[in-house]
Amino acid sequence: MITAGVDVGAKFAKVVILRDGQVVARAKALVGFDVLKSASEVFETALKESGLSRSEVQKVVATGMGRNAVLQKPPINADEAVSEVVADAAGAHQVVPTVKTVIDVGAEEGRGIKVEGGKVKDFVINERCAAGAGTFVEAMARALEVNVEDMGALSLKSANTIPMNAQCCVFAESEVVSLIHSKISKEDIAKAIHDAIAGRISSMVLRVGVERDVVLIGGVALNPGFKPPLEKELHASIIVPEFPEFVSALGAAVIAANPTR
Amino acid sequence: MAQVEVKTQEYWRWPEYRRTVSDKDWRGAGIITAGVDIGSVGSKATVLVDGELYAYSVMRTGGVSEDTAIKVTTWALEGTGIEIGRLNYVVGTGYGRVNVPFAKKTITEIACHARGAHYIYGPTVRTVLDIGGQDCKAIRCDEKGKVLSFLMNDKCAAGTGRGLEVFADLISVPIADLGKVSLSVDEEPPPVSNTCVIFAKAEALALLRQGWPKERVAAAYHAAMADRIVDLLTRVGIEKDFVITGGVAKNMGVVQRLERILKIKPLEPKMDPILAGALGAGLFAKALYEKEQGLR
Repeated sequence: MITAGVDVGAKFAKVVILRDGQVVARAKALVGFDVLKSASEVFETALKESGLSRSEVQKVVATGMGRNAVLQKPPINADEAVSEVVADAAGAHQVVPTVKTVIDVGAEEGRGIKVEGGKVKDFVINERCAAGAGTFVEAMARALEVNVEDMGALSLKSANTIPMNAQCCVFAESEVVSLIHSKISKEDIAKAIHDAIAGRISSMVLRVGVERDVVLIGGVALNPGFKPPLEKELHASIIVPEFPEFVSALGAAVIAANPTR
Repeated sequence: MAQVEVKTQEYWRWPEYRRTVSDKDWRGAGIITAGVDIGSVGSKATVLVDGELYAYSVMRTGGVSEDTAIKVTTWALEGTGIEIGRLNYVVGTGYGRVNVPFAKKTITEIACHARGAHYIYGPTVRTVLDIGGQDCKAIRCDEKGKVLSFLMNDKCAAGTGRGLEVFADLISVPIADLGKVSLSVDEEPPPVSNTCVIFAKAEALALLRQGWPKERVAAAYHAAMADRIVDLLTRVGIEKDFVITGGVAKNMGVVQRLERILKIKPLEPKMDPILAGALGAGLFAKALYEKEQGLR
């Protein structure tokens, strides 16, 4: 059976094509102003990579905050839409069958999900505050004049702990500027930024409880500076699967292949 | 070689100012005190002669609070002939209150705002809403200006002056005109749905792209801000008389919307409402000096 999962996130659209439980294509691109158009382009890219045509894909499931933009709308014509939490659980279970806790940190949302056999038991979401999502690291990278991709590596060079007082993203920008003025090194500031976001994510996840195995997914999982402080806060080792940003799209494709779940 | 000059304006920048408001001769006075309010965005200094406002200054808080404290106080005294050394007692307040080098004592901004509001608006004040650069406080007080209870938001930029600054920059309207601009719509749009300023900014950007005029976007943000502040006020419990202090008290867009939702008209300020904290500090300074000297 050939299925596809389309994850239309706040920042990136991700597509995974699955053939008999094996991933045959992955594609992602930034979501532009026209959500359907951006997602369709990503879908097209994935089809091309897999060498399949749209008609060969038997079922498409959409997820992510923009999922309704592609639901039953050509050319994607997604058959169904599922919430991010459900897709996360199914995807994480596919990559790590022993998973009990999923932490998904995207551009604008953070989620902590308790799972059992790929099914959601409980979850907690932050979608109201940028300080607990990837946007925070991006905004701080701008204040620090560092590429966001380099932030994680930079933070790993520091062994110092500098507390950040500001919780709000807007206030933290000013705080970073004043840390720069007080001659704190960029490495130390980058570390403080990662410590701060790890603190916020962990206090959210702890509300549902942490049980091993813990799997970290979402775009922010690509940032190597995020995992160590999060492990420290949660007192648990964390598994970051390969292609963590595609796990939710994978979950949608898995759900498409198993309609009886 | 041709050079292109790009003119940029910092729309969030508000003007700094100083005033001498009394023509009394301070030389014949007994007690001269000062209140220095080092806020997160603005710093205010008041000079009180025998408990009456004599001069003041308002400026932006710089990177080093100590320097700002000296600058803002020196500026308030400028042209008055009063030297810093002549001040009998100085009280520091605000976010940077521990950094006022010549202050004998520091007092929290909650206490100072209540005391200052009592001075500005009189003894009938029961609820003080202070909206500053980085926080928002709802304070209940008694007829003496003493704090009974309070609630504050200092964790999140939503509902503070900083959020307005972000929007002033976004829609290229000077911060001082933002409130007026937000009131120039025929019909109130639905409020911006995101709480977080970062997300609200992205939402507003999408609205602008859809062709919303900037007045409408400003109205939608002010409406959201008013809703948020009403939440805080409702939790502390609002009782008449109601007054608004802090920099945002000058934003008619916020004030009129609060009035509309709460159905309570805030009292008209008799002097600059941004001074409430510094005035309260100056008044506490006088009382502390009198106590110290055994005058009461």
